Amino acid sequence: MWLEGLFDNIFGVRWNPMYCLGGLGFFYFWIVAVSGFYVYAFFDTGLTEAYDSVEQLTRDQWYLGGVMRSLHRYASDALVIMMVLHMIREFAFDHYRGPRFFSWITGVPMTWLVIAAGITGYWLVWDQLAQYIAIGSAEWLDWLPIFGEPIARNFMQHTSLDDRFFTLLIFLHIAVPLILLLVMWIHLQRVAYARWKPSRGLSVGTFAMLTVLSLVFPAVSHSPADLDRVPQVLNLDWYFLFVFPLIDEWGAATLWVVSFGLTFALMALPWLPPRRKLAAAVVDLDNCNGCTRCANDCPFGAIMMMPRTDGLPFDRQAVVDENVCVSCGICVGACPTAMPFRRRSDLIPGIDLPGLTAATLRDKIHAASAKMSGDGRVLVIGCDHGINSKKLTAENRVVIGLPCAAMLPPSYIDYVLSKGLADGVAVAGCRSGECQYRLGPEWSEDRFEGRRDPHLRKRVPRERLSRLWMAPTEWLHARHALDEFQAGLKAATTPAGLSDLVDEASANVRAPHPNTDEVQS
Amino acid sequence: MKPSNSATFNAPVRYGLQVCVYAGFALLIGYFSQAPAYLPIAEGAAQIKFSFAHGGKPKGGCRDRTTAELDALAANMRKAQLCSRERVPVVVSFDLDGKTVFADSLPPSGLRGDGPSHMYEKFNVPAGRHDVSLRLRNSIRAEGWDYHTQATIELKPGQILAIDFDPGNGGFVLSSSSSGG
Repeated sequence: MWLEGLFDNIFGVRWNPMYCLGGLGFFYFWIVAVSGFYVYAFFDTGLTEAYDSVEQLTRDQWYLGGVMRSLHRYASDALVIMMVLHMIREFAFDHYRGPRFFSWITGVPMTWLVIAAGITGYWLVWDQLAQYIAIGSAEWLDWLPIFGEPIARNFMQHTSLDDRFFTLLIFLHIAVPLILLLVMWIHLQRVAYARWKPSRGLSVGTFAMLTVLSLVFPAVSHSPADLDRVPQVLNLDWYFLFVFPLIDEWGAATLWVVSFGLTFALMALPWLPPRRKLAAAVVDLDNCNGCTRCANDCPFGAIMMMPRTDGLPFDRQAVVDENVCVSCGICVGACPTAMPFRRRSDLIPGIDLPGLTAATLRDKIHAASAKMSGDGRVLVIGCDHGINSKKLTAENRVVIGLPCAAMLPPSYIDYVLSKGLADGVAVAGCRSGECQYRLGPEWSEDRFEGRRDPHLRKRVPRERLSRLWMAPTEWLHARHALDEFQAGLKAATTPAGLSDLVDEASANVRAPHPNTDEVQS
Repeated sequence: MKPSNSATFNAPVRYGLQVCVYAGFALLIGYFSQAPAYLPIAEGAAQIKFSFAHGGKPKGGCRDRTTAELDALAANMRKAQLCSRERVPVVVSFDLDGKTVFADSLPPSGLRGDGPSHMYEKFNVPAGRHDVSLRLRNSIRAEGWDYHTQATIELKPGQILAIDFDPGNGGFVLSSSSSGG
């Protein structure tokens, strides 16, 4: 988190690479693909031609072919780094369990595919490194009792290899990345608004970095392969070829056990232990007019808009997929019927969280308000995954925790301030990019700024609203910010001012949705 | 209030630091993409690769088909001998400088045990002169060897000696180029 905070300061949120590790991986994949097509155009599939063609491309056409070859290698290496960082980050932020298991278990096989794609690529150069890894791969595969004659026998002598070997390799080196691309697509199927590409600034920066690296430090081959000699000193690409020294050290059997064991352990991780399943969001059709806001805002695509089933005069209704819902409540925050001003009917919005209903939230706000008195009362709406609420509480400052800050419908802020339940409201959520549910800070900001429905009404005095998007490690910073906010409110709040504000607010209240029977306060 | 959503350094410092981060990342990629160097075999060592794929004799032996049996077969199927399908395991022993470094009974491959037996082993050895003794049994007999080869070889550092088995070529075939090291 400290690294992300530092990068926020260096790159800004939009360019922060830590928030876009998967997207960077995709970006590197495309660089590898494009540079690979170029290199392939000059590649010759033959026992000696393979090496010669790569050498010719590297030496005679260093300014383009050589750069393309180097980009091909370095972008692949960067892809491995991004893949590993992405996995570590998702694990560290607990983004791998519950309904998110799907992205996790589809991500694990990708590690095999990426490594396999890289290894088959290194074979193609047919230099001493290729010889070493080709024999190493064959010996490793031969341990599995699924092949007849040992594959490694093909590398006993020069006469046992022919040009068709390279045709097979080319096929593998194209087929494996294509399968990888398919799995990458599947990987994103349960993620709405996936950041599969980095921001333009980050793309330009990272591409420039790879190009400079390619020019300064071009990728080169070893000596040509010679099956009569053991390669003596090898400059391994450790990002891909780390397995081969392990085969030498541990033996093929141990490496298979470790590889499969690790893979199965990673695949089983979402259930070791499983995430505590909270009740999924529920739709109340009497209050749902099929406006689609909840479906649009759901970060995991757990809400679908289906044809109406209850005869009400609306085209569609929201339907929640319980298996995909993470119970973040962002849909409640998006629902225009989650309107706390209601008096003539129960506060039942079109979509609600059984574990923390909109009505319960309103009750909690009233209870919190009752604990405060005097000037500078601040109601903090915190995120359960963000800064510990205890660290933000203070005199005349009460915190109410939500699964996600974006569960708070903007109308609740209006309600608190216009009803005089507090002098100020602070929304304290995760730092953008670190949100447990991916999009909480973005959606909240968009709603507050009027860019996304439901808007925070213009009448709400913005100086009485504080937004804190911070990591749990920044709690001290958040506390200071809240202290300043509270002090500012104390200085500004006068009984006359408050009274004026409430009167003005009451005069402006209007129903935001046909199904709400809100009353003016 | 959005205290942490924007970069706090001024532009020149920010871009300078971005360059530093990119340079660090490039260094990380560039270094481990070809370093540290790895030595797959100890300096001054050579390698012997011993591998073959060879089918043992039929386990139940063979007998000549009778004329009646041959007549009953289609013309293109009239093989003079009838052999059992299953093959015997191939027993092999490899002594290097008087020490047995590999000895095994290799079962035939295939679900019916009718495929060739095969093996693949490699041995890293110090460069220099070595005595090699190879024995193989591929028949029903329980004792003795059907093939036996003894040789003294001279290996240079990095040189590979490939040992194969080809009964059509007299048994064990030792091959290596003289360009080792």
